[in-house]
Amino acid sequence: MKEAVTIDAKGIFYRELNAKLRQVVSNGTQKIELRNVYGQRYIGTDLDKPVEIEIFGTPGNDLGAFMDSPRIIVHGNAQDGCGNTMNNGEIIIHGHAGDILGLSARGGKIFVRDDVGYRAGIHMKEYQDKKPMVVVGGTAQDFLGEYMAGGVLILLGLNLKEGERHKANFIGTGMHGGAIYIRGDVEEFQLGKEVGIAELDENDHSVLKKLIGEFASHFDYNAEGILKHKFIKLFPLYLRPYGRLYAY
Amino acid sequence: MKTYLPPKFIVERDDSRCIRCEVCVNQCTFDVHSYDTEDDELRSREENCVGCHRCVVFCPTEALTIRRNPLDYRENYNWRPEVIEDIIKQSETGGVLLTGMGNDKSYRIYWDHLVLNASQVTNPSIDPLREPMELTTYLGQKPDRVEFDSHGLKTELPPQVKLEVPVMFSAMSYGAVSLNVHESLARAATEMGTLWNTGEGGLHPKLYKYGDNTIVQVASGRFGVHPEYLDIAKVVEIKIGQGAKPGIGGHLPSEKVSAEVSSTRMIPKGTDALSPAPQHDIYSIEDLAQLVYALKEATNYTKPIAVKIAAVHNSAAIASGMVRAGADIIVLDGLRGSTGAAPKIIRDNVGIPIELALASVDDRLRQEGIRNQASVVIAGGIRNSGDVAKAIALGADAVYIGTAALIALGCTTCQQCHTGKCAWGICTTDPWLTKRVNPDIGARRLSNLLRGWSLELKDILGGMGINALESLRGNRLHLRGVGLTDTELEILGVRMAGR
Repeated sequence: MKEAVTIDAKGIFYRELNAKLRQVVSNGTQKIELRNVYGQRYIGTDLDKPVEIEIFGTPGNDLGAFMDSPRIIVHGNAQDGCGNTMNNGEIIIHGHAGDILGLSARGGKIFVRDDVGYRAGIHMKEYQDKKPMVVVGGTAQDFLGEYMAGGVLILLGLNLKEGERHKANFIGTGMHGGAIYIRGDVEEFQLGKEVGIAELDENDHSVLKKLIGEFASHFDYNAEGILKHKFIKLFPLYLRPYGRLYAY
Repeated sequence: MKTYLPPKFIVERDDSRCIRCEVCVNQCTFDVHSYDTEDDELRSREENCVGCHRCVVFCPTEALTIRRNPLDYRENYNWRPEVIEDIIKQSETGGVLLTGMGNDKSYRIYWDHLVLNASQVTNPSIDPLREPMELTTYLGQKPDRVEFDSHGLKTELPPQVKLEVPVMFSAMSYGAVSLNVHESLARAATEMGTLWNTGEGGLHPKLYKYGDNTIVQVASGRFGVHPEYLDIAKVVEIKIGQGAKPGIGGHLPSEKVSAEVSSTRMIPKGTDALSPAPQHDIYSIEDLAQLVYALKEATNYTKPIAVKIAAVHNSAAIASGMVRAGADIIVLDGLRGSTGAAPKIIRDNVGIPIELALASVDDRLRQEGIRNQASVVIAGGIRNSGDVAKAIALGADAVYIGTAALIALGCTTCQQCHTGKCAWGICTTDPWLTKRVNPDIGARRLSNLLRGWSLELKDILGGMGINALESLRGNRLHLRGVGLTDTELEILGVRMAGR
């Protein structure tokens, strides 16, 4: 059993790399450092132990897809499908993330320091104690939180200039569960038809405080400074957005 | 608003036989029968009758008959009653017409225009009652070549799944159908050495023990998809499309999201379970490959990954892409594939007949030299062992049955699946109704069906002088067409009877 292992991923195909990860994790290794990662996919996918994987470089698509427990720290940008159908664990990205971040995730946490691509948080869902949480430091592209059925999605807009709006349109289209919190300016036309805007209550503030506290400690921000700014909360107007569409 | 819809059925009650036991009142879930205590009389609200025959079968004195309402419109081939009544329904509701089951229109059923061969004089037929006859089928990618050394097989085979009978139970999700239906399917599949499919609504932990005979589905909603779900399965199936509603997602209405369904799907009670139309991580063949390999990684390359599509115009080219994307099994669901709920206009008008899709896909994969890289499974309208044999001869490795399995459990194809009121307790999650399917009896009925079909398949093979299903697979010389055009024969790769 080894406490920490370093793997040089340079020139290794993902299948080989992931087999190696399985092997070192089954040996009881707690902490793994992956050096020179160049686009290898599915890192962390078939690992079900709370190990810590630190990635230096650019992991490929589906980072942590179907993942159940590991903690992944990326020093670089993540690509598409990060946290796809994730069950549990944590992904911390010191950089940007691509499209469909956290697609259908049902648990775990994802922190992205900078921007995310299209459809981030799409169809995340929650059940009892399982509740996915995503915090994005920068801004997002269209369809943020589309089809969202549960969980928490926070968009901070820390890199927006004074007076600059968030980029995304169709925010929360088809949303029927969970909550989206947005810091920074958003016009109403940017929102999907199925969401409403609410003032934050005490519970919302405690959710924000906790998650933004974690975000700030990961990326060395001042949490209080972030929290001082005004947030809006988006909530689903209907549990059944398409319930009245049909004739029987 | 007063409805202009006339009743579809007439309920006839023979008063001399009726003993006022009220079984019909209790069995009907559509509120047709009621008992008037004052007049000691049973009455019928015929406009509610869907023709499911639950009351007829359970009436202890056979006092009931259900007939079609003979009410005729003026004859008009264009404006048939169904067309008129659909317009009435929509003018009264302003909604998308929903329906259940599969396409019920009169598109040609090609199985009925294909006939099988038998041995006469020039080669002997085999009597399956006394000689060994093999239906064993292996699903999964087959290697291009195999090598042997002194220890035996040297080539490492991709994961294979063994079926004792080439008939599996099609994907029907928990939520659409009840847990008792799932249990009946799982037990019958286990007993008969075949597979059943969870559909996209997750798998109840009570059924994990049948994992070795279970195909789990990963669909756009990703309901109940978690590492344990993938681990216990024998095969993981990615659902892209469904024959009854190609290109359409699903909305499981919150009425059907009971406590148990919500825990299996892992969604909150009381919300609709929405399956988006596309899988948002798949916009191309390359993306499909990404999910196929994500699932292979998630299961450490120990299980075949199936990909299911609805049979549509470009199926052959798409199938080629699917195989190249790493699918070990490709599943084609045809025009007649069924559903728990779909827009009627989609069910009745979108997709292509499975026979043509199968023939063209099998051809294409052969032409490209990649047929061995994936098994081909078809679904959508398989009614009996004759259809199975013809499908195998056209090139399928195995078939899925959905509707046929439900009929074995009591379904009378009344097409009310979308209402959640199934009087036979099949397509519902109402705890009072789901008890109507007893898993002990359900499993027995399903096993009986497969046993019957197996015996018939062996008879068919024996008649042809073949002793293994493998020899019939893709052997279209054993088929002839009847009443088909040259183009149809060409696509099916079959000669006209007499040639």
